[in-house]
Amino acid sequence: MLRTLIQNGRVIDPSQNVDRVTNLLIEEGRIAGIDVVTDGVDKVIDASGKLVVPGLIDLHVQIREPGFEEDETIESAACAALAGGFTSIAAISETNPPVDSAAAVTYLGRQASEADHCNVFPVACVSSGRQGEEMAEIGILNNAGAIAFSDGQRPVSNPELLRRALEYTLMFGRPVLNRPEMVELSRDGVMHDGTVSTVLGLAPMPAEAEDVMAARDIRICEATGGRLHLLAISCSGTVEILRRAKERGVGVSASICAYQFALTDEAMRGFDTNLKLNPPLRSRDHIDACIEALKDGTIDVIASGHAPRSSEKKMCAITEAPFGMVGLETALGLVSTHLVRPGHVDWPTVIGAMSTNAAKVLGIEKGTLQLGVDADVTIIDPERTWTVDKADFRSLSNNSPFVGTKLTGRAVETIVGGITKFRYDQG
Amino acid sequence: METPGFLEPFKGRWTKRHLLDLESLTSDEITLLLDVAQAFKESTNDCRKKLSILTGRTSVNLFFEDSTRTRTSFSLAARRLGADVIEFSASSSSLSKGETLLDTAKTIQSMCIDTLVCRHKAPGTPQMLAENLDCAVINAGDGPHEHPTQGLLDILTIRQHRGDLAGKTVAMVGDIAHSRTARSNIWGLQKLGAHVIVCGPSTLVSRRWEEYGVEVSHDLDAILERCDVLNLLRIQFERQYTRPFPSVREYALLYAMDRKRMEKAKPDILIMAPGPINRGVEITPEVADGEHSVILHQVNNGLAVRMAAMWLLNEGRAPE
Repeated sequence: MLRTLIQNGRVIDPSQNVDRVTNLLIEEGRIAGIDVVTDGVDKVIDASGKLVVPGLIDLHVQIREPGFEEDETIESAACAALAGGFTSIAAISETNPPVDSAAAVTYLGRQASEADHCNVFPVACVSSGRQGEEMAEIGILNNAGAIAFSDGQRPVSNPELLRRALEYTLMFGRPVLNRPEMVELSRDGVMHDGTVSTVLGLAPMPAEAEDVMAARDIRICEATGGRLHLLAISCSGTVEILRRAKERGVGVSASICAYQFALTDEAMRGFDTNLKLNPPLRSRDHIDACIEALKDGTIDVIASGHAPRSSEKKMCAITEAPFGMVGLETALGLVSTHLVRPGHVDWPTVIGAMSTNAAKVLGIEKGTLQLGVDADVTIIDPERTWTVDKADFRSLSNNSPFVGTKLTGRAVETIVGGITKFRYDQG
Repeated sequence: METPGFLEPFKGRWTKRHLLDLESLTSDEITLLLDVAQAFKESTNDCRKKLSILTGRTSVNLFFEDSTRTRTSFSLAARRLGADVIEFSASSSSLSKGETLLDTAKTIQSMCIDTLVCRHKAPGTPQMLAENLDCAVINAGDGPHEHPTQGLLDILTIRQHRGDLAGKTVAMVGDIAHSRTARSNIWGLQKLGAHVIVCGPSTLVSRRWEEYGVEVSHDLDAILERCDVLNLLRIQFERQYTRPFPSVREYALLYAMDRKRMEKAKPDILIMAPGPINRGVEITPEVADGEHSVILHQVNNGLAVRMAAMWLLNEGRAPE
């Protein structure tokens, strides 16, 4: 029987309210106990000064295979995930063809298991062809292994479709992940609508394009009793609406992208196409509201919003560049640097948002160090300062505005099912 | 290269590599550009005389948007200085074959280019090229962001007719939201001490400009009698999904400069327009062609300003 003891780390498990320096035992790929003192182990990992946490889960990862393998394959995404400390990712289709058939779900699963990096959970389309008109075959997709339904970056504009989807997915106990954006208010937009966009002459993406849609989505969710998760929220208005809805007991949850905390819309003055993001970088007041929402649990999850795009797609005018940045390998470092170190939130809150809560939203048995679960464990060095380097990216794309910046805090060991899949050896 | 006597006092005072915007320039830098432009005008018979101070230098016009006057003006400016000029249009370029913007610019640069004049519909494109190329880059208009030489020629025109800008009230009227001319004017005029008003329908004139010290008005008649200069911007019909005002008729009623409004204005008001003008929309023909109009002076000053910019970025620049 293979036994690994992770010694003297600060073990944080929000699912059991654990936060203390202790040992964690792994046996045969499963968690075998906290606070264990034992000899006779095959392997000892010294985690002094480090955090030992349930494997991080990224609920918002854009998948580009099939169709856009030049940006990212399933293999490369899963590999990048490990380097970022993620043991599981929710793979949201930004593919061609879209993941709206059992075959596509099966293909995704097979590519992931062949790659054998982290756990990859397929998220299938809500609508057939991701066209936002007719429901996809949600029952068949569910049977094929889809754990949630989403049209990804494309918001479900048709309110009747959203209503039907939220009612229908109830039968299978699966959530709908929808990114709230009223596109009529933000089309052609490049950046947050504010004084900076006014000066730069860049087309605006107003905050109300998000919160108006969030309000609509939440009311439909409330009316149906369905399970709705709002992907990538970013505005104070959304946070307010969400907070009130949660007080009423609506079955809604929400996530935010890690990059949102790192920069404000002022950064757009450099016209960097890697900063063209959707949702866009917001102004300080919105960011502060989101931090408060994270603290009081209004925002449940921090995700990477990983959106790989090959360099030639970003080497163009900012109006023509696609949205998005790679995020898997920098999300934890950004959160540590911009949320934990300045004292906005503590590590247990972060681990809740990047693991335990994400598992709850997705309905998967992860995000915990309870006895007997798969030993998905991330070891984090919160003091490690490192420089984001293009050459180190495991993602096929390197469209990150953070290349060259220093971050403090990173995953130093990523363990999936008891097996070390990534170890950070540099520095 | 021998520097002509009239440029001697200005040589080596300019330090920047590019001319991308007026927002980042100091008032001294703006004044220097205006002074050099004025010197060109006065010493070369309104820029008619051909010089050879940039002989052996090459300038490229890389225009991704249609342009008649700006392109012609830059070409002529380069030629009057003795430089060679290459014309490059998006339609005739390999961009239509899928080459990236940056690759196109790098290819052009490797033909030993000294100055690249760029117009593009996207804000920031000239800046992106400047960051990636070794030659001097002049922004000839990047979407609604800036058009620094247009701002300079407008300011030069005011200075010629009304002297020092300090304390003058200049109103930009019309589509501020989509106007690069407005933005370059705002920064340039403010730095030289003028009071700037932006005026037009509330859908095209953001209150946010107040945060930058600009007066915002939606009522032309209310501000008219305080204005020393009116710069009437063209309404850009092509850029919007839902029209920002109900009809051209209504716009003209509220904002067109016509004979009746001229009667309410200061007797020495200066009427400007960056063109191309929509006669009957933002300006009536009798005002456009009237005695207060300096629209054609603006065009001539454009040549002087562009000669000044090209000389300062090349021979006139301080050694590194």
